[in-house]
Order: sequence, then structure tokens, then C-alpha cells
Amino acid sequence: MKLSFMLSEIASGLRRNLSMVVSVILVTFVSLTFVGSAALLQAQVGKMKGYWYDKVQVAIYLCSPSPETTHCTAGTDGNYLAATEEQTKGIEAVLNSAELKPYIESWEYESVQDAYKNFQEQYGNRSMAESVKPEQLPASFRVKLVDPEKYDVINERFSSLPGVDTVLDQRQYLNTVFGVINTASLVAVIIAVVMLVCAVLLVATTIRLSAFTRRRETGIMRLVGASKSVIQTPFVLEGVLAAAIGAVLASGVLWAVLQFVVQDRLAQQNLSMAFIDPSEMLWVGPGLLLLGILLAWGSSLLTLRRYLKV
Amino acid sequence: MIRFDHVTKVYDAPDKPALNDVDLEVDRGDFAFLVGASGSGKSTFIRLVLREERATRGAVHVAGTNVDALASWKVPRLRRNIGVVFQDFRLLPQKTVFANVAFAMQVIGKSRAMIRETVPQVLATVGLDGKANRLPHELSGGEQQRVAIARAVVNRPAILLADEPTGNLDPETSRGIMEILETINQNGTTVVMATHDDEIVNRMRKRVIELDHGRVIRDERGGEYHAVGDRLVLPSAGQAIAPFDSEEDEL
Repeated sequence: MKLSFMLSEIASGLRRNLSMVVSVILVTFVSLTFVGSAALLQAQVGKMKGYWYDKVQVAIYLCSPSPETTHCTAGTDGNYLAATEEQTKGIEAVLNSAELKPYIESWEYESVQDAYKNFQEQYGNRSMAESVKPEQLPASFRVKLVDPEKYDVINERFSSLPGVDTVLDQRQYLNTVFGVINTASLVAVIIAVVMLVCAVLLVATTIRLSAFTRRRETGIMRLVGASKSVIQTPFVLEGVLAAAIGAVLASGVLWAVLQFVVQDRLAQQNLSMAFIDPSEMLWVGPGLLLLGILLAWGSSLLTLRRYLKV
Repeated sequence: MIRFDHVTKVYDAPDKPALNDVDLEVDRGDFAFLVGASGSGKSTFIRLVLREERATRGAVHVAGTNVDALASWKVPRLRRNIGVVFQDFRLLPQKTVFANVAFAMQVIGKSRAMIRETVPQVLATVGLDGKANRLPHELSGGEQQRVAIARAVVNRPAILLADEPTGNLDPETSRGIMEILETINQNGTTVVMATHDDEIVNRMRKRVIELDHGRVIRDERGGEYHAVGDRLVLPSAGQAIAPFDSEEDEL
């Protein structure tokens, strides 16, 4: 069949069913926007993980007289005892041991004085900073891991050593943030699935209606010996075209959000955080287009098998 | 060209087959009338040739092929070799005369150049020169049927099936249609026409196959036919061979 003839058939089909076609476009648009949002949220989580995991460390806090200490032995006066020189050396030895070599990228010691200095730098302008004395702050080892996920190895090895108060994985602060984002993308996925079911059913209904309004043409096509593909292709393309338009709209909206909301506002206001940029749409956009086309194609073929006798 | 080999077709009631052990052959270049009261099996005959239905028992051969055994993807190829005309014309109302005839060529992938060359020729054959740009509703019934015939033969099928082609037309117009069918037949196309119209049958003196309750009760060359006063219960338009119904289809 000639392309121009096929195109004019599709155009006439779209015209006859205009309101249905518009609703297919809108439903695919909304559903694919949710699918795309979920993908972008996941990309954002990935980006933040990469950014923060480079910076986060495992902190091994040593015993100190601070009242927040939990796992240290108390002295005769009721105060906790600070870690001794000897204990500190012991921990250092373990950090340098061959056993932990594969896990540790680097480590540094933060003495009580360093801790005090950092604390003052961070909170110096607040009144509480004045009441904190150096000896209340714990000294610590800051350990950077080769693989941040291997925190448990460090925790197991160090938490029971004498002089160690707690082993803290700074990732746990981030995990709360990631948890929120993951929940958001899960919600987006659920809404997307519901909307996609709507889109598939709507495509099926539209194709059915279209096949009904054009049953004269298809009847004549059958009688003069048009092949199955010639009869069906205009219908399939009609659904696919509507879904593709919806996907393009969804990609456009997501791109606009990335460009004008994330890039121009969020990223400007939170310079210390990493954000995804509009270039993510280079893979999300084609993905949405492909998904929309596949769904419309599958759903219209199934419908035609039932409602268009060939 | 068309051979029915002890064909029986049962739809729903096994004791009332639509065709009952029909065994006949229509040769290449034949002109055959298929006559009989409504419900006698004429339409079923045509549907079996087109492979709209399959025989319950026996075999239908068209141009040497057993159509019952034909794979469904080969059916379009079979139908390209058969032209069909109906009582209700079945033209596409939004398309011009030219476009209606061209449609049959477009959907089987004929080139634009070929369409531009062939369609006017065929329209001239059926006596519609100068009306190529009219819409179907601007034409008389006889002219509409001529368009339908042009569409049926534009791809040069070996067989032309006509199901009550004159059923909606007055006797004068019908004669014109019959002349066209005869010309087509003289050019080598096998024509099978189902009809009630005894006047036409008796004037043409062609082969007559009479069906009654699914059985062939008469098959003679140059035969006559006298309808037995059932003309008032003629099947309505589109009752016969209906891959789609014929009511207006705008929603």
C-alpha cells in the first residue's frame, strides 16, 4: 500500500474520532509523566548516592568524659574515662592491619582539639558553643571505606575494642532522605501503573470505535483482497500515533520541570547538593516514547484481533 | 473455474442445511444464474466461493484451489481474483466515483500511475465517462451499481459474483446492468449471478442453476425460471452476503 494513501486513511480516522484520540493523548501524557517522574527520582537518588558516598565516612568515636558516652567504663568519680593513649594506639594498629586493608581507603585521626576546633567553626556563632569544653568532645577516627556498603565489617571489628565508644555510619543520615525519595517514586510508579491500565483500555476502546465507524471501508477492503496488514495498519498507527504524542508531551513537561524547577531554582538554592540536570531526558524521553508506542501497539493489535474481522 | 464437490453447509440447525450435497461446476467463461426463493442457499453459495464461510462437508474449488484448505493469510490473494457486486452497491459515500473505484486498487498496492490509467478505462466500460468526480449520492441507482461493478472488475478478476445486482433497480435500468455484465463475461470473466428476476433470466438464455432448500433442483443451459410469487418476501438489502451491515454508519 502506498504511504500517501495510508497516511490519508490515518488522518481520516483521527478526524472521525477526534475526541477519543485527544483523550488517548491526554491519558498517555499523564501516565507517562508519572512513569518518567519515577525514573527521574531514581536517577536523583543515584546521583545523591554517588555524591554523598564520596564524602561520608565511618566515624569511630573514642571514649570521652562527655555525658553522651554510652559504651565506656566509668571511673571511680562516676565520670566516664577517656580512651587512653594505649587504647588509641591499639585501634590505629587494627586500622593499619592487613586484615582490613581491602576495605579501608584512608583514615585520619581527629583529636579532641581538632574536634573542638571543628565544633567551634560549625556552631561558633551560637550560645551553646560557649558552654562546650574541649574535654567533652570525643576524639575519633574518620575512616573512608573503599565500598561504603561494607560498613558492617568496620562496625563489627571496632565496636568491641577497648576505648571505642560508638561506630557511626554517616550514611544513615542520608538513608532517611533516600527513604523519602524512594517512597515518592514508589507512589509515582503505582499511579503510573493505574494510569497506564487506563491508557491501554482507552486505546482499545478507541480502536474498537474506529473499527466500527470504518467497517464499510474495511468490508470493501476484505472483499477486494486487501491483506490483513493493510487493513489493520492504519488502526494500529492511529493508536500508536496518539500514544506517541502523549509521550512527547510528557517528555516536554518533565524536561521543563528539570530545567526551570530543579536546575534553575533548587540547584541554585542548595549549592551543596547534587541535582540531576535536564540531560537526563536524553534517556528518559526515548524510554517514555518507546513505552507509549509498545503499549498502544500491543493493545490495538489485541483489540483488532477481536473486533476487526479480516 | 468454480467446482462444488458434494458440498454441505450447516449453520445452526443440522437438520436444515443451507446447502445440501451440492455438486456442480462452473466453467471458465461461463455465465450462470443462481435462482431460487429466499433461503434457498444462493447467498451461502457465494459466501463459500469467497471463503467467507467454510463448507461443513465436501470441498469448494476456485480456480483450481481448494478454498476450504486455504491458509487464512492466502485468502486475500483468492479474493483478488474474485469481483463481487451487491444489491445495495456498498459504495463509500465520502469518496468520488473515481476514488471508490481507485480504492480497490490502492488497498492492494497498485501504483498511482496504473490507477490513473486503469480507472477511467473501466469507468468507460460501464458507461460512466464524465462522472468520475461525482459523489455516490449524486448518482441514480443504476449509475451507483455501475460504479460498484467497475470497482469489482477493476483488478481484472477471473470471476465476478453478483448477488441480486438488479434487486433495487427498475426493469429498464436492470437491462443496462445486464448488458454490462454480459460484456464483462464476453471479455472472458466467469460470471455467477444470484437473482429472483425471472424476466432477466428468461431473456438472457444462460445457464440456470435453481436451488431449493439447499439442493440443486435444476441445472440447465439456456434455461428459464419462473419465480413462484414470492417477490414480496424478497430478502432486504444487505441480507445476503454481509461482511458488514449496510445501515448508515456515522455515529
